[in-house]
Amino acid sequence: MGFDSLIGGTIWDEYSQKVQDLMNNPKNMGEITQEEAEAMGTKLIVADFGAESCGDAVRLYWAVDPKTDIIKESKFKSFGCGTAIASSDTMAELCKGKTVDEAVKITNIDVEKAMRDEPDTPAVPPQKMHCSVMAYDVIKKAAAQYKGVDMESFEEEVIVCECARVSLSTLREVIRLNDLTTVEQITDYTKAGAFCKSCIRPGGHEEKDIYLVDLLEEYEKEKMAKAADASSAGADVPFKDMTIVQKIKAVDKVIDDNIRQMLIMDGGDMEILDIKENGENIDIYIRYLGACSGCASSSTGTLFAIENILKEKLDPNIRVLPI
Amino acid sequence: MRVYLDNNATTIVDPHVFAEMEPYFVQKYGNPNSLHSFASETHPALKTAMEKIYAGIHAPKEDSVVITSCATESNNWVLKSIYFEQILTGKKNHIVVSEVEHPSVIATARWIESMGCKVTYLPINHEGLIEPEKLREVITDKTALVSIMWANNETGAIFPVYEIGEICREFDVPFHTDAVQAIGKIPVDVQALNVDYMTFSAHKFHGPKGVGALYIKKGRELTPCFHGGSQMGGYRSGTLNVPGIVGMGKAMEAAVDALDFEMHDIREMRDDFEDELLKIEDTFVVTPREKRTPNTTLISFRGIEGEAMLWDLNRAGIAASTGSACASEDLEANSVMEAIGAAEDLAHTAIRFSLSRYTTEEELEYTLEVVKKAVERLRGISSSYAYAPEGHESGLDAHH
Repeated sequence: MGFDSLIGGTIWDEYSQKVQDLMNNPKNMGEITQEEAEAMGTKLIVADFGAESCGDAVRLYWAVDPKTDIIKESKFKSFGCGTAIASSDTMAELCKGKTVDEAVKITNIDVEKAMRDEPDTPAVPPQKMHCSVMAYDVIKKAAAQYKGVDMESFEEEVIVCECARVSLSTLREVIRLNDLTTVEQITDYTKAGAFCKSCIRPGGHEEKDIYLVDLLEEYEKEKMAKAADASSAGADVPFKDMTIVQKIKAVDKVIDDNIRQMLIMDGGDMEILDIKENGENIDIYIRYLGACSGCASSSTGTLFAIENILKEKLDPNIRVLPI
Repeated sequence: MRVYLDNNATTIVDPHVFAEMEPYFVQKYGNPNSLHSFASETHPALKTAMEKIYAGIHAPKEDSVVITSCATESNNWVLKSIYFEQILTGKKNHIVVSEVEHPSVIATARWIESMGCKVTYLPINHEGLIEPEKLREVITDKTALVSIMWANNETGAIFPVYEIGEICREFDVPFHTDAVQAIGKIPVDVQALNVDYMTFSAHKFHGPKGVGALYIKKGRELTPCFHGGSQMGGYRSGTLNVPGIVGMGKAMEAAVDALDFEMHDIREMRDDFEDELLKIEDTFVVTPREKRTPNTTLISFRGIEGEAMLWDLNRAGIAASTGSACASEDLEANSVMEAIGAAEDLAHTAIRFSLSRYTTEEELEYTLEVVKKAVERLRGISSSYAYAPEGHESGLDAHH
């Protein structure tokens, strides 16, 4: 929020001059035919990435010298917006003269940096960072094709945020070290989620295997499990020595785990009204709700089932008294 | 040459409208609710303007046309009022909107949904149209409101609001229509439609920005939009926007006068223009012409992403629009093309040209030439039309 967020501008205002020039006159746009590749004494590699139905697609052509693995010529064709075209063009340029192994090391961040006018001013607005990712992916595809290996073999770790290239292991570590609980915090610490936002939660521009919200949930569950472990250590206290609050919680948990589902399926439920010690006995007063309240078995079968499970789990002297 | 073909987004203010508004800034600037001559000298113009607005939509005097600040405000007001009166109180638990409503309806509906109300988002068919029978399948006596736009901003598709209104009346459910894209383009008569609430906005028909309206039928009163000094019959407090109201009145009068021109001349220009565009190979239009507002063409150019096309058009001084995801701030594609669901690879290729009574033949000829050149250049770059050696299995069809 604040001044800059109020009126908004056009995304085009945030394109660098280089991006605009490449959009107007892409330098490496074109094709390499089989004949042309052969004439150069090279192997033709044609790699596709993306799909029109997703909004961007690129076809990369490489003429690779089979003796040296050097990319002699590199061209592209692209279905996409201005930044997709400019990114593809820059990517094709960066590939030239490199060996295939060197080309695989080019990342989307290299592509974006190469399009900057000023070293510290991004070449594209945050949501357009995504376009350069496609340029990076297609290189891997081409290299995989050249080497006859799987594309995934070039990725040493799982990347969650492709725009900022933040890995799963980095994210897990940062979340735990800093006890992060919100997506905004993750973005502040790692830049993940700052760009196209697809990695934040399902429903974004691109589908992911794992999202930032999943990682937060994973950590949250982990914390809760730890807390539960800690509190179940307190469950070593015998039932009759618990405070009334602990008793009600313990009874409720047994009911939840063993009984409640059954009652709800039959259209009923129950609640605990009170727990009192009566000499030897511990009396648990309950009230049936919904369908249970009029059900015949509520004073026979169901009641015995409740009483037995509580005796077994908590204390043999428990009596259950429906009111 | 600069050509403005984005009239569904906003329009040029009619110079006559501007002239009519001008005295109410520097000369007659009084607050209409005060007790002196500065106030009362604004009254005749306000009264005339309101009469023109009423006449323009055929509203009877017993009904209310409340002037708001924009269509977004009107849409929010209807939905939220219904939420406060009907949903929050537990009387009803359901509202129906179409899946291609303007964000001011969709986002409000989502908020109401988040508050625990059931919301049905009616789908559109492959022609971009709502099928009234779909409403009949979901409407119940617990439905608090049906809100379906009169005409869609992207496709120009005219929705079957008469049939929808009929079904609403059968179930005694209030019916709201967002008529922002209808006024000035097709006949709008609230009595013939028998609608309960109707939203419209001046800047879509050559009036000023910052002036919207909500028609409210007698007997369908709403909780006030703004509480305060009881302006607008207590519905929407706040000092009256005198020049804005005067401007909307004049713009409405002009729109009514120009309706025949819109329905015949502009339609003819649009049709000719569209015919020429469709002569370009691999171009597609979804909604049939006779089911569209007369000024709108939404056309897909296979192999060309929408923002790239806008880029080339803009370089040549032409303003159009695209629902393509890449052109939006949040990378979310406009729902219309996706909702139509016909050809997935065309979802990001649609360009909207929307004409107005200020559009000239010459401008359209120029645009056509620019479009042809852009198509040639961009298809030259496009992977969709790219060379592949023999035996190359294209990897561009699958999702990534």
